[in-house]
Amino acid sequence: MEQLLYVAELVMNGLMTGVMYALVALGFVLIFKASGVFNYSQGVLALFAALTLVGIQNGQIPFAHLINAMFGTNLHSFGWTVPSVLAILLTAGVMVLLALAIEKLVLRHLVGQEPIILFMATIGLAYFLEGFGDVMWGADVKTLDVGLPQGISDTAEAWTAQLTGYGFFIDRLDIWAAIVATALVAALVAFSQFTKQGRAMRAVADDHQAALSVGISLQFIWIMVWSIAGFVALVAGIMWGTKSGVQFSLSLIALKALPVLMLGGFTSIPGAIVGGLIIGVGEKLFEFFVGPMIGGATETWFAYVLALIFLVFRPQGLFGERIIERV
Amino acid sequence: MIYREAGDFKASYRADGQTFPLRLDRTAYWALLAVAFLVVPFVITDYWATSVLVPFLIYAIAALGLNILVGYTGQVSLGTGGFMAVGAYATYKLTTMFPDVSILIHVVLAGGVTALVGMLFGLPSLRIKGFYLAVSTLAAQFFLIWLFNKVPWFYNYSASGQITMPERTVFGVLVTGPSTSAPAKYLVCLGFAVILAWLARNLTRGTSGRKWMAIRDMDIAAEIIGVNPLTAKLTSFAVSSFMIGIAGALFFAVYLGAAEASESFGINKSFLILFMVIIGGLGSVFGSFAGAAFMVLLPVLLKNVLVGGMGWPTDLAAHIELMIVGALIVFFLIVEPHGLAQLWRLTKEKLRLWPFPH
Amino acid sequence: MKLRFAAAVAAAMMAAGPAMADLLVPHLSYRTGPYAGNGNQYADGFNDYFTLINERDGGIGGEKILTPECETAYNTEKGVECYEANKSEAALLYNPMSTGITYQLIPKVAADEKVLYTPGYGRTSAKNGDVFKWVFNAPANYWDGASVAIKYLLDENGGSLEGKKIALIYHNSAYGKEPIRTLQDLSEKHGFTLTELPVDPPGQEQKSQWLQIRREKPDYVIMWGWGVMNQAAIQEAANIRFPMENFIGIWWSGGEVDVQPAGAAADGYKSLTFNGVGTDYPFYDDLKTHVIDPGKASGGGQFVGSAVYSRGVYAALIIGEAISKAQELAGTPQINAAQLRDGFEALDISEERMAELGLPGFGQPIQLSCENHGGAGMARLQQWDADTGTWSLITDFIQPDAEVLDPLIAEDSAAYAAEAGITPRCG
Repeated sequence: MEQLLYVAELVMNGLMTGVMYALVALGFVLIFKASGVFNYSQGVLALFAALTLVGIQNGQIPFAHLINAMFGTNLHSFGWTVPSVLAILLTAGVMVLLALAIEKLVLRHLVGQEPIILFMATIGLAYFLEGFGDVMWGADVKTLDVGLPQGISDTAEAWTAQLTGYGFFIDRLDIWAAIVATALVAALVAFSQFTKQGRAMRAVADDHQAALSVGISLQFIWIMVWSIAGFVALVAGIMWGTKSGVQFSLSLIALKALPVLMLGGFTSIPGAIVGGLIIGVGEKLFEFFVGPMIGGATETWFAYVLALIFLVFRPQGLFGERIIERV
Repeated sequence: MIYREAGDFKASYRADGQTFPLRLDRTAYWALLAVAFLVVPFVITDYWATSVLVPFLIYAIAALGLNILVGYTGQVSLGTGGFMAVGAYATYKLTTMFPDVSILIHVVLAGGVTALVGMLFGLPSLRIKGFYLAVSTLAAQFFLIWLFNKVPWFYNYSASGQITMPERTVFGVLVTGPSTSAPAKYLVCLGFAVILAWLARNLTRGTSGRKWMAIRDMDIAAEIIGVNPLTAKLTSFAVSSFMIGIAGALFFAVYLGAAEASESFGINKSFLILFMVIIGGLGSVFGSFAGAAFMVLLPVLLKNVLVGGMGWPTDLAAHIELMIVGALIVFFLIVEPHGLAQLWRLTKEKLRLWPFPH
Repeated sequence: MKLRFAAAVAAAMMAAGPAMADLLVPHLSYRTGPYAGNGNQYADGFNDYFTLINERDGGIGGEKILTPECETAYNTEKGVECYEANKSEAALLYNPMSTGITYQLIPKVAADEKVLYTPGYGRTSAKNGDVFKWVFNAPANYWDGASVAIKYLLDENGGSLEGKKIALIYHNSAYGKEPIRTLQDLSEKHGFTLTELPVDPPGQEQKSQWLQIRREKPDYVIMWGWGVMNQAAIQEAANIRFPMENFIGIWWSGGEVDVQPAGAAADGYKSLTFNGVGTDYPFYDDLKTHVIDPGKASGGGQFVGSAVYSRGVYAALIIGEAISKAQELAGTPQINAAQLRDGFEALDISEERMAELGLPGFGQPIQLSCENHGGAGMARLQQWDADTGTWSLITDFIQPDAEVLDPLIAEDSAAYAAEAGITPRCG
């Protein structure tokens, strides 16, 4: 009985972790769907967004270190702080500018290239942004606080304790992440179903050529999609950054999102969510049941192996579009 | 004017099909080999060996292996680091179990072990394609590293999980361990690189290479004309992993001397080698070498110029180095998506016509 | 193209060569990559100490100490590249601040005859100078740390840990695995049960580990973490309301950056340390006049007095003392690496000497010898106060349990000696 309760608690937490993975995976899906680019830099985008947010909040002077090194000055901060909401809006603005720059400087010149070349270009972009973020805001660990609550939820604990006799652990930050993710997905779905730009986006995702021929501007759509992905990265960056501080390792959460993508399918937004949930629960349960037998720390590879086995039976992922090959 | 084919007559199919159809190319090739084998070992310093030439040669071998898989067979793999780890750990286990057998044989055997592991992880490629395959090879990467970290048998139960290469000799000359001379390290790696490049070149222009390329261009079409995708894909995985395994073995035994799975053979290694292949040029032996040279030399050069030459603080230099590497990768992909090998081919074309443009 | 490449590299390398008249201590640091947050502070402390010595005293014995930095990004290959790039005749000593790089360099320094100094990290059995001629790891090593933590818990519990449960949460790497063997032996000796919880690097996601801790309710948790793993672990511990005062980190899990992201929830967290913290020492007055105020502080002086910065200062201080000892023994200020090695083996830093240096009580007395390259191995505990944002020292120096450690060190170094064909030399 007790064992069962632990498992139930693990499943709950796995679902929550899955939402956190799905947040990162969403950004990948959006870009892949609209432009066929497998955007490896999504993790670095999240890091960059979080760095920018902290920088704006604390009134840091961008490129202070570079300026100091070149001119021998000793600049650090403007000496003001910006309220969270305003800072988030400003950061979203920066992400739009970034999307604009990426389209103008990179994507535009790579139209029609093979997918692997585009993929490599985004890795180059990831390197660049990583260095750029560090030069702009410094490489030290930063504390991110936008007022999200953290720690065990007393309500959930008391409620489950009453119900089952064992108080479950549920992180309040995770609850918030779940709410935000739901809102985000709902907004994205509403956007793509009910607005003109959203419909244009879906048209591009369906067929570039056909969309062009009915007068949709590919460039505009791409800038828009990258901006949205930048915003999703910002949300993911806030969630993960609140958890463990803003630092280089934040960019590595991309690696956690890849198996989610494989499982859910590269082209499906619901797939990203469901895939995230499956991976989140699966890795927790595996670590619980099998981990102790084989020495633990299985979470790095379990998700990939699960996705791999799954793909052997369904090569396009759970919700991915069926791959039809013709000679 | 100087670089031309005039007067270079071929009298047999054999002569016509050779790797370097131009006499000048052949001469340059032999001259390069002569310099590499006969001159460089006498002038090489410790710094040049450990920081530039040895990593360059080892990465070139790994890039060669990956190029067979990605460039010739069209199967994108991100498991290179894991396969290199297999080579490294196989060498370590073999040489500590059979210390009397020559290390060169162990390195080749380690390649063989890696080939088997590679074939195993290559099996899903029959069903999974494109980016799905790329991401699923990450399963190999993470699982293998975890395995080497977790099972103490692989690192002979040492307290920290590190493996350390004991000293081994070839013909009485020390080739592994800290006291190894720079020329010895260099020559071992050079020897392997040349032999494997020769092997790769001849495999890729033979039957198996043609099968691989047929699969790359369209696997269903290839199947219809009688190429067995199972054998073609698996041989490609085997040959590729064999070379990557040898690269991993040399990386550990000759270059580093001590290694830890997650630190030395992590995911970054997989990406780095994929970069070399793409920057160098997919489906080109020369490209593998050029890509490796580019990715090994560039950071060293940038670091020396920015820190040593311009006296910048090291952290700033490191960040800017990242930016430059990233920007250059994007730049190269935009200017020449087919890599350095294509640039080299174009240069040669132009030279052949020079000074007449048409 | 190639030729120009090579020429540029060669030119840059020539330009980087140091003037021969000074003492050269190549500084392998990392200010980028996953561990930049800690590396930055350590490197600043290390630089600032030598800047002060050079500015105030004109160096040691009249010789300026040069510490050209080389960025390793905590990456083994770059570390080796840095080592080779700086391996001139004049280079005396390396302090790579990475256990991974240390393992690479141990055989290399023996062949090249350079000193390798790894305070508080690296290979523990290097304490045995009989086998590891060129490596020093005073004042304390990982096994000392594990033993001191248990000693402290013994004191807390009236001398007995019988029936207690202790969990070790560790970075799944060479570094994190170091204390396992010691803790296992100690658990046998003192009768506590040990649970090992590996976390794969980088370690942002530790929910299963902490849910397990919540379930099994160990009395104490000991952590061997590094980088983002520290912040995530402290946050998760706060999330499950694990009592912070029962959570003890190794010294590398005891920096300000590790606890700050968790905010007020981190209050009461403890960590080991072997150096003082804060700027409450006379030393910092001099540092202010000679280094910070003239604008010569490394990295702008933003981390002065932090725990990891202080550790950098301490490492530099011990190196400085060894240099002056070596100069005294050699009878010349212009020493080489072999003479510096002798200086280390004759090193004797008393409490009075620490006070003279303006850092009274900052570190333990250190006495090294041919056999003992690791010192007494004492450490103390510090506790985090989230309100003031400072660490405070809560114990005096605690002696590790030599009865358990000595056989382990003898065994591990004997294994290395056999593997590398080294015969003991101290006789």
